[in-house]
Amino acid sequence: MNMSDFALIVPEIFVLTMASVILVIDAFLHSDRREIFYLLALTTLFGAIILTWVNHFDGRALGFNGTFVVDTMADVLKFVIYLVTAAIFVYSRQYLKARDLFKSEFYILGLFAVLGMMILISAHSMLTVYLGLELMSLSLYSMVAFNRNNVLSSEAAMKYFVLGGFASGVLLYGMSLVYGVSGTLDLAGVSEYLAAQQSFSAPILLGMVFIIVALAFKLGAVPFHMWVPDIYHGSSSVVTAFISTSAKLAVFGFSMRLLIEGMGIMQDSWRDILIILSVLSLLIGNIVAIAQTNIKRMLAYSTISHVGFILLGFIAANPEGYSAAMFYTVTYAITGAAAFGIVILLSREGFEADNIDDYKGLNYRNSWYAFLMLLVMFSMAGVPPMVGFYAKLLVLKAVIGQGMYWLAIVAVLLSVVGAFYYLRVIKVMYFDGAEDRNKIIVGSGVHAVLSSNALLALLLGLFPGTLISLCLTAIS
Amino acid sequence: MVALSDYLILGAILFCLSIAGIFLNRKNIIVLLMSLELLLLSANMNFIAFSHFLGDITGQIFVFFILTVAAAEAAIGLAILVVLFRNKRTINVEQIDTMRG
Amino acid sequence: MVEKIYLAIPLLPLFGAIAAGLFGRYIGRSGAHWITILSVLGSFVLSTIVIKHIIFDHASVYNEAIYIWMISDGIRFEIGFLIDELTALMIGIVTFVSLMVHIYTIGYMRDDPGYQRFFSYIALFTFSMLMLVMSNNFLQLFFGWEAVGLASYLLIGFWHQRETAILANLKAFLINRVGDFGFLLGIAVIFAYANSLDYAEVFAKAENLSLQTINIFAGSEWNVITMICILLFIGAMGKSAQFPLHVWLPDSMEGPTPISALIHAATMVTAGIFMVARMSPLYELSETALNFILMIGSITALFMGLLGLIQYDIKRVVAYSTLSQLGYMTVALGASAYGAAIFHLMTHAFFKALLFLAAGSVIIAMHHEQDMRKMGGLKKYMPITHWTSLIGCLALIGFPLFSGFFSKDSIIGAVQYSDLSAANTAYMALLAGVFVTALYSFRMYFMVFHTRDRMDEHTREYLTETSWVVTMPLVLLAIPSIFSGFIFEPIVFGEFFSRSIHVADSHNVLNELGSTFEGIQGFVMHAFSGPVTYLAFAGVGVAYWIYVIKPQFAVDMQHRFNLIYKFMDNKYYIDHLYINVFSVAGRAIGKVLWKLGDNVVIDGFIVNGSARAMGWLSNVLRHLQTGYLYHYAFAMIAGMIALISMFVIAVNI
Repeated sequence: MNMSDFALIVPEIFVLTMASVILVIDAFLHSDRREIFYLLALTTLFGAIILTWVNHFDGRALGFNGTFVVDTMADVLKFVIYLVTAAIFVYSRQYLKARDLFKSEFYILGLFAVLGMMILISAHSMLTVYLGLELMSLSLYSMVAFNRNNVLSSEAAMKYFVLGGFASGVLLYGMSLVYGVSGTLDLAGVSEYLAAQQSFSAPILLGMVFIIVALAFKLGAVPFHMWVPDIYHGSSSVVTAFISTSAKLAVFGFSMRLLIEGMGIMQDSWRDILIILSVLSLLIGNIVAIAQTNIKRMLAYSTISHVGFILLGFIAANPEGYSAAMFYTVTYAITGAAAFGIVILLSREGFEADNIDDYKGLNYRNSWYAFLMLLVMFSMAGVPPMVGFYAKLLVLKAVIGQGMYWLAIVAVLLSVVGAFYYLRVIKVMYFDGAEDRNKIIVGSGVHAVLSSNALLALLLGLFPGTLISLCLTAIS
Repeated sequence: MVALSDYLILGAILFCLSIAGIFLNRKNIIVLLMSLELLLLSANMNFIAFSHFLGDITGQIFVFFILTVAAAEAAIGLAILVVLFRNKRTINVEQIDTMRG
Repeated sequence: MVEKIYLAIPLLPLFGAIAAGLFGRYIGRSGAHWITILSVLGSFVLSTIVIKHIIFDHASVYNEAIYIWMISDGIRFEIGFLIDELTALMIGIVTFVSLMVHIYTIGYMRDDPGYQRFFSYIALFTFSMLMLVMSNNFLQLFFGWEAVGLASYLLIGFWHQRETAILANLKAFLINRVGDFGFLLGIAVIFAYANSLDYAEVFAKAENLSLQTINIFAGSEWNVITMICILLFIGAMGKSAQFPLHVWLPDSMEGPTPISALIHAATMVTAGIFMVARMSPLYELSETALNFILMIGSITALFMGLLGLIQYDIKRVVAYSTLSQLGYMTVALGASAYGAAIFHLMTHAFFKALLFLAAGSVIIAMHHEQDMRKMGGLKKYMPITHWTSLIGCLALIGFPLFSGFFSKDSIIGAVQYSDLSAANTAYMALLAGVFVTALYSFRMYFMVFHTRDRMDEHTREYLTETSWVVTMPLVLLAIPSIFSGFIFEPIVFGEFFSRSIHVADSHNVLNELGSTFEGIQGFVMHAFSGPVTYLAFAGVGVAYWIYVIKPQFAVDMQHRFNLIYKFMDNKYYIDHLYINVFSVAGRAIGKVLWKLGDNVVIDGFIVNGSARAMGWLSNVLRHLQTGYLYHYAFAMIAGMIALISMFVIAVNI
């Protein structure tokens, strides 16, 4: 360990310091000056953006005896996480204030979760993977339970905690097996060990299955998805937004590190597992979403189906597929943030705009937000020229490139089914009469951020080239 | 002399016990939390056993981290439990089913 | 540096369009016209720089990608510019005419409530047209092609309260779909056989493609190049309104007059001509396609001109004359006289824009009356409009020394030298066309500006020359309408287009024509030795005799040849054919398919049936989500055990 190791983790150190500073200031500050925490949290994220930007270099560097890695993929994912988290923080202010939840804890927990994600993405040893994952998950459990007086929130937190703890336990058990067989915690070491094997012994296969179960849980792939709808439904909309976007990016990094960097050599062994998970996710996600009346639950099932698509990229098991999966995850996080942003925006004191019927006649109430929601829904449904179309296209192309035509056909057919529930939201917004006639009050900051967030889904669809090439360099 | 396999069998038994505890238990959430701890312990058992027989210290270091995290996790779990109890006046697993479908 | 200039040329009007379109409410009427006029002026100034750079300084051809949209299977989809003499000339024409029309619009649309919207649309059109002509690949060409079509569609239907305008833009839209379908198919064939969308790469493979054949139906072999050329030309037929896809252009006169000048005379309708000239390396390889083009062009040139003779709406006369002149350009393309075609495109852009704007000026003065039977004697009320119209008419009929004379004479001369089998027919059609052109042009001129006043008292009282924003563009367009002919020698005969246009040696008619060329004086003298100029004079004379001296004659003729008159009055029944045969048949087939195929099979069984099945399945599956923690844990554990037994135990046994 030397000083250059610390140079690698400057953004992490910065976020940790700032989170601790906010924690300390909180003890001394009067409770009506909470605005300052909000501003400090945003400053932290922007500082992290700058530090990551400045710290970025082409290539890859390992630090702390190979337990920590910085490469383009890590930087890109972190970068998007900062942006998405900052956007969600901006959306959250009004929402939290209306519910008397505008407290420093929310932002502190959020920053610690971001720190966990950063470590998770940059982890290069099973130890750091575990620590990053737990830091993120523990913060998220608390954020879900943050709305203390709400029955749904506490129930969701309990379910999330128990199932999440179970998944962590399974992950650890799997890691212990992999460690025992390969004799190292280092992902490069594991990869080296696996490369030397002619065939894989039962313990290592068992360890692999356990690890994939944990990954599938964190991603929300069927049949390990049961927590997703309830947690999306029960949490405050801001927390749901955070879990479904930033955390998804981190879990993607987690999968890349463990599955591809650590156990990429075993791809013939895990590929079939992922195919099963992917098809089930596409099936359950798209079909059950149709029956939902709650938009958060609907988006939860839609997330499950998107996870099916992300897994397709892994199934292709080549750099093209991984970069397609990365493109999918990044663009999903951006559109997801916009979708939840609108859900947050339409909520007000004592009212969650979480029923699809609450969107009736949105076009007549505020045509701009209806239009933004239209863009987001089109993107999620994969309608060109929205970015969601390119995401699906790239993933399908990767799968077809591997000769798995039937998988691509299944995915396309199920996303046609999926288009139904997205279009239903649009139909409700544009063709039904408004029942709710309350005025939509929006601050100019939220308006600007939300508009650019949703328009980004269109812009990236029109000019996907830059992001696609970025994802390609990140993987190779 | 106790062989490595003995430790691993013990770990596996702990693992299975905890899993059984998670889905057989229909009454009390506290039992669920205990099962989760047991699950972590089974992993710890594996790590220590492997560490010892491999002559590699990192496994044991991992266990220290797991223990620490487990403590934090237990704290958060109990806190959530308290919040849940205040809201629902019950910690019966069968009654936590407001959200479904 | 040059790259920035090239980029700025199309982007400036785009910026103007966005500003006037999205923020029109905030910047107001004058803001909208200032911002768009300044942006187009900027493009025009930059275009002149490019013209100087490319044409006068002979800078090397610029052919670069600006932005790579994506790369798929090694095929690049990109936005790129190809700047050579052809492009430089085209952007000069487009930005100049567009600028004139922008200024003119201030006067023409003064009282219109959609003022900002109009400026936004025409700036958008300018952007699209520039993207089209500057493109270096088929993808961008297609984008520009469709975008100008969109702008045209929006502008024809600009007065969307009028039912006729809506019908006209629907017609333009539908007819152009037919053409665009061919165009897209042509691009698809190129894509399939050349594996590239880049002009240069496709041209490099053209020789090779001309040796391949496509088997469409069993037993019919098509040469790939012929196939490509004819399909692309079908697109040009739609856009440049060639017979039989011409029917939309006369109706497009429902749009405001500045649009007729800019889009439906000077620029957009010439996109097809430009495209064929740009694709000359392909067309030169297929004589079949060239013959086809010659035939279509000569039919359009003659028969559309004839229809101009019986129109009474001033704008429709000019519209039919546009059709006929486009036919001339097409014939020139067919005869491989690309230089002459582009030159006629340029002179036509000036004098036809002039004629349209002059017609518009008359229409403003007449309080939006367009019927020539209610005009007459306007010479004394509107001197500037009168003189500029006269210049426009003289240029149009090819009066010696006016711009149209040089361009038209070189086309006719070139066709004479062509060896293609359709060339003789085309030559005869063009000669007849010259007479017809002179006849209808001066029929219009005399009916509007001479003869007795036929308007009502109220209109006459307020009849004055229009304001300077209207007359200034007229004067500015009149200048090139007279003089632009004198630069024809280098463009038509010289090496001007040698870097943009490829002509096969066996087709090089302009070279043959050029070898007899002995200076402008000689060219004019030579014209008097052939029939062309006399035919034009005869046309003017006959027009004078019929419409000024003996107006009764026209009426008599109309009665005597009533059958022919009716045939022409119904535009050769082509519209009837489309409306009463094709669309009725199409709708009948559609109805059957809809009732049987759609309602019963697809809607009833496939769509609604599967939707119902999915809805049912969804309602069943959602009950898996029971809400109980131990069920969730059970699902996970079951899944885990299933995976272990499938992938660990099964593998190891």
